[in-house]
Amino acid sequence: MKTLKDVNVGETVTVAKLNGEGAVKRRIMDMGITKGVEIYVRKIAPLGDPVEITVRGYELSVRKADAEMILVKED
Amino acid sequence: MGIRIALAGNPNCGKTTLFNALTGSNQFVGNWPGVTVEYKEGKYKSDKEVTIVDLPGIYSLSPYTLEEVVSRNYLIDERPDAIINVIDGTNIERNLYLTTQVVELGIPVVIAINMMDVVEKNGDKINTKKLAEEIGVPVVEISALKNRGLKEVVSAAVAAGKAALPQEPKHRFNGSVEHALAHIEELCLHNISDANIQRWYSIKLFERDEKIQEKLGLSKDVIDHIEQDITSCEKEMDDDAESIITGERYNYIGTIISGCVKKANRGMTISDKIDRIVTNRILALPIFAVVMFIVYYISVTTVGTYATDWANDGVFGDGWHLFAIGSKDYNDASEEFTGNQLIVDGYDLYVEENGTEPTGDFEYPVEDEETLKVDYETASLEDYAAAKAYLEKNEEPDPAEYGVWVPGVPVLVEKGLDALHCNDILKALILDGIVAGVGAVLGFVPQILVLFIFLAFLEACGYMARVAFIMDRIFRKFGLSGKSFIPMLIGSGCGIPGIMASRTIENDRDRKMTIMTTTFIPCGAKLPFIGMVAGAIFGGAPWVAPCAYFLGIFAIVVSGIMLKKTKLFAGDPAPFVMELPAYHWPTVSNVLRSMWERGWSFIKKAGTIILLSTIVIWFLTFFGFTSDGFRMLEEDEISSSILAKIGGAIAWIFAPLGFGNWEATVASFTGLVAKENIVGTLGIIYGASGDVYQTMANAFTSASGMAFLAFNLLCAPCFAAMGAIKREMNSAKWFWTAIGYQCIFAWVIGLICYQIGSLILAGSFGVGTVFGFLAIAVLIYGLFRRDKYKN
Repeated sequence: MKTLKDVNVGETVTVAKLNGEGAVKRRIMDMGITKGVEIYVRKIAPLGDPVEITVRGYELSVRKADAEMILVKED
Repeated sequence: MGIRIALAGNPNCGKTTLFNALTGSNQFVGNWPGVTVEYKEGKYKSDKEVTIVDLPGIYSLSPYTLEEVVSRNYLIDERPDAIINVIDGTNIERNLYLTTQVVELGIPVVIAINMMDVVEKNGDKINTKKLAEEIGVPVVEISALKNRGLKEVVSAAVAAGKAALPQEPKHRFNGSVEHALAHIEELCLHNISDANIQRWYSIKLFERDEKIQEKLGLSKDVIDHIEQDITSCEKEMDDDAESIITGERYNYIGTIISGCVKKANRGMTISDKIDRIVTNRILALPIFAVVMFIVYYISVTTVGTYATDWANDGVFGDGWHLFAIGSKDYNDASEEFTGNQLIVDGYDLYVEENGTEPTGDFEYPVEDEETLKVDYETASLEDYAAAKAYLEKNEEPDPAEYGVWVPGVPVLVEKGLDALHCNDILKALILDGIVAGVGAVLGFVPQILVLFIFLAFLEACGYMARVAFIMDRIFRKFGLSGKSFIPMLIGSGCGIPGIMASRTIENDRDRKMTIMTTTFIPCGAKLPFIGMVAGAIFGGAPWVAPCAYFLGIFAIVVSGIMLKKTKLFAGDPAPFVMELPAYHWPTVSNVLRSMWERGWSFIKKAGTIILLSTIVIWFLTFFGFTSDGFRMLEEDEISSSILAKIGGAIAWIFAPLGFGNWEATVASFTGLVAKENIVGTLGIIYGASGDVYQTMANAFTSASGMAFLAFNLLCAPCFAAMGAIKREMNSAKWFWTAIGYQCIFAWVIGLICYQIGSLILAGSFGVGTVFGFLAIAVLIYGLFRRDKYKN
């Protein structure tokens, strides 16, 4: 399944599942990335990592390594 | 009866602005016990009975960050009378997530929807009445920036606190979760003294929160029993407990806001437009470079240097011209006078050395004030005649004739002490010990203040988060944050504001790592020392100074990689999930307040250690046993000082580094007062027998010179910087860990420099060389070993 890491800039996807556990996963969910939420990938940092996304109406920066834990499906 | 109100809310929700608006100047700023998280408390401006506590900005009450733990411990253990939950009206969905948790604590809650002015400007609509009904708490619209709704929100909170009706959360989880929660409450929470908090505890136990299990002292049996409930619920919902709870909370928020919030359909906001340029793939780095250049240029190169020079050479030096009027004229005149003086002195020196007067052009020595390097310049007989005529006509310029001359503190104190016919020893203690120590503390404050205007501005306007976004990729490899760039950049000017700048890094581990490594970058005060070593030992080689900077960067990179694999920095990696807040224009009062708080905390928390250690080193340097017994020494009698004895006794530590003598050891010690003192001390020690540079060149080989330079660049910084480290670490253990690590690392690098350097340059091979290679092997192992704490 596709992860958030593979999503191109400008695309909107829906979160299908979160992998991982503990603090990392909890933090990602606390920030509003939960099952079923829409994520819009805004841009990639000038050095190629992290990525900036829009979720629940605000902007969030996520490292590609963490984005890999977020499984998504296209709308 | 006093009422305590806690402010809780997400970072960037305007909580601090609200706190400042409510309390004005009646604030107490400190730290939560044992951690670097800031604690703020203040009295409400209009009613001193009301105490307001500003909790750290948090997204959740989970147990994973220091801020979260501190906040929730305060809410559970101290039980404030009421909570004002501050919500950013422009980002209501995520902000309400914390609300859903706060209302479960059983403490009366009032919601303050902040930034209503922006919400209205955007054309969004929030039905606060309906929102209040849905959540079951009073909701007040405010704008902390525009002073709107502040009275209303406090009176609502005071009323709620006085009524003391326990908050009942309206939200219910799905049936299966509620079933498990009821079981948990029945099993282990029925005898809790405060029944109002039962629900919160039961949810935390459902989430398998280990900190709460521990706090309640649950036996293993009970935990196992609960575990059955949790697992069966997880099976039914096909997800893990934490995900179920978080997901349900956000779903609940979704249903609330669909009925209460209407967002205007709009295009890009101003903030979006700014961001499109500022973090643009092509433009981001150039813009970043320009911003950093401006920060550095003003806070280090220009205004910062003026401020530091004024504080150190003016207020705590000879004195200064009021408003700098006349300074330039005086300096020009003074320089002209000194220039002529040097020619005349050079002429006399020639006569003294040769027994005859020069018949043509002659050379005369010019000493560089900072590095003590002596250059020879040529003067003709006409130059000499002109200089002599000038000196006959002119007296040494008096600064008071060029403007309003304000004498420095030491000058005034000395005058006062002379008038009192003060004892010499006491006078020296006051002037060279106490006044110099106070000067060392206060001398850096102006520069810190200048820097913190910038940092406060960058933080408040939202650019600081973008700095982390842009630089993250490089710095995270070394266990640092993208924001570590700023402390290191500033540290190349002065380590003290550099260390203080690490305050902007949220993540505790990244911040500690930054504090430990920032002073590896050579600061301005180390430059004269680098110049001296380059000039005296390496014949003025131009590669020495760049090497010093490379060494600093190398030390940061190596330390970062090694340290992040140690137990010190072990633990779950905190994910770098960072909000990029909307840009907004900060208020002048908030920027100034933040600047002042940080400057003041440096004076308060770092002052004592700096003052005391300066006095101790002064005493050790100026007292000692001579042929006429124990007494105070003149400056050039340093070889009889206690410090020289201590230096001699521990010089063996530096023998493997090639400079195991008391001279180099003492110079390293005096460098702790201020790094440029190394030059002065060596000047006194080596100057006793003639040319400083020549004597120094004889005392060191290239290899031991390299080791001496490397050790002094990397070891513990000056006392003022150590004070800053102590203040920022806020823990004796971490303070000593940092200083200890720096000294040991410096020693190891010095060892490698000397031993391998001697092998290559002089072909000498011995036991030491083996240890040199061993040290390299240890470094390589530290760099490449598997990180066993990483999962």
